[in-house]
Amino acid sequence: MNRAFQVLVPFAGILLLWYLAIWIRVPFGGDPLPNFILPAPERVAETLWTSRALLFEHSLTTLGEILLGILFGVGLGMATAFGFIASPWLRRQGQPVMVISQAIPVFALAPLLTLWFGYGIWSKIAMTTLIIYFPVTVAFYDGLRRTDRHLLDLARVMGAQPRRTLWLIRAPAALPALGSGLKLAAVYAPIGAVIGEWVGAAHGLGYLMLLANGRAKTDLMFAAVIVLACLAVAMYFAISALAGRLARWRPERD
Amino acid sequence: MRSPRLAGRFELEGGTLFSGIDLELAAGEWTCLLGPSGCGKSTILRLIAGLETGGRFEGEIRSAERHAAYMAQSDMLAPWLDVTDNVMLGARLRGEAPDRARAEALIARVGLAADAHKRPAELSGGMRQRAALARTLMEDRPVALLDEPFSALDAATRATCQELAFELLEGRTVLLVTHDPAEAARLGHQVHVMGQGRVLHSMRPEGAPIRDPAGGDTLAAQAALFTEVRAA
Repeated sequence: MNRAFQVLVPFAGILLLWYLAIWIRVPFGGDPLPNFILPAPERVAETLWTSRALLFEHSLTTLGEILLGILFGVGLGMATAFGFIASPWLRRQGQPVMVISQAIPVFALAPLLTLWFGYGIWSKIAMTTLIIYFPVTVAFYDGLRRTDRHLLDLARVMGAQPRRTLWLIRAPAALPALGSGLKLAAVYAPIGAVIGEWVGAAHGLGYLMLLANGRAKTDLMFAAVIVLACLAVAMYFAISALAGRLARWRPERD
Repeated sequence: MRSPRLAGRFELEGGTLFSGIDLELAAGEWTCLLGPSGCGKSTILRLIAGLETGGRFEGEIRSAERHAAYMAQSDMLAPWLDVTDNVMLGARLRGEAPDRARAEALIARVGLAADAHKRPAELSGGMRQRAALARTLMEDRPVALLDEPFSALDAATRATCQELAFELLEGRTVLLVTHDPAEAARLGHQVHVMGQGRVLHSMRPEGAPIRDPAGGDTLAAQAALFTEVRAA
């Protein structure tokens, strides 16, 4: 009950503001905002229903790009973090490169990625991978580095092989930190995919938004934004649940 | 192997932590290193264990590296593993096949048979130290290095754990670092009191450990050690 209330109140608030924006000019003798500027909520809802097949098809493309981007980004990020922990040489060489690479706005690279990887899904996957690589690497590397000193001492006295210490002690101890990185990835990944689609694509929600915008079908554009938001929220909750599982041995978790 | 020994001085950035120390662990005995926090007793244990100390040691050392098992105030249990997997962690870290039957027997020996599948967070402080003791025994090393393993426990649990540890570590060479005169008086064949960067006093309390905590000799030794620690 209380929970439903927590969702309903902001939702009602948004609808109220939406209608307010449409009708704001009326008391001053103006007209309500036209549909191509701000369509009414019920009209967007109608488009959501009538264009459901179209929206579904383009969502699948975007979802695929997001999931593959997360897969590659997380894989590369984890591999980099392992590399930094295992080899001080790699860390010295790699860390500055990584920080400098982050100084370049990934969005500025989008046209280049499209040039290199084409108009299909791969340029979007590359974009998504790039955008989540850094937060995942940093979160997991920090987790690996901050392993309980006592446990490392114990492993040392036990005569552990360094590779096994990394795999059996550092890596599991860093899983909760990796979970935090994954949550950031879940938030960034849809942004990466959609930006990629804006730059040049024939499929996906980002493409649909541009298309709808160009034809002044603002209701369809809103519908696409709502679907994208739902996708992003679902992604966040799914990955949060996974992150919770990674940290389930933590007594202090909420 | 020969008994671990350490003789020399230890320099930290801020100055000398200790000097003129000459300490040998008698085989098969409990040697207690008693002293206030920061006197360098844990550093001596870490040097003997072959662990990093963050300073510079000058002198002779016969470390127990590869021959020692280690227990500390922090139970050092991996929070994501259950008791059984924690006890078998050493074998896995060395790439050996863990002996599950032996692990289970040792877990039963420390009274945790019913809790073998619990994670550390589900155990009390005393149970965690008993799990750590089972892990120490699983290592089956001739030397046991104990860094205040019982100091975070309540008095009754501490006494029980001391008795269990003494019984199960029988025949091994033990170094116990502690700040508690009562613990040293109860467990030590040999007790060294440390302070002001050196060993101030060494004694062999009357009778053989493990001693009755309420016995007259034990209390006398405890009182004598307490006086030394206060002066340190």
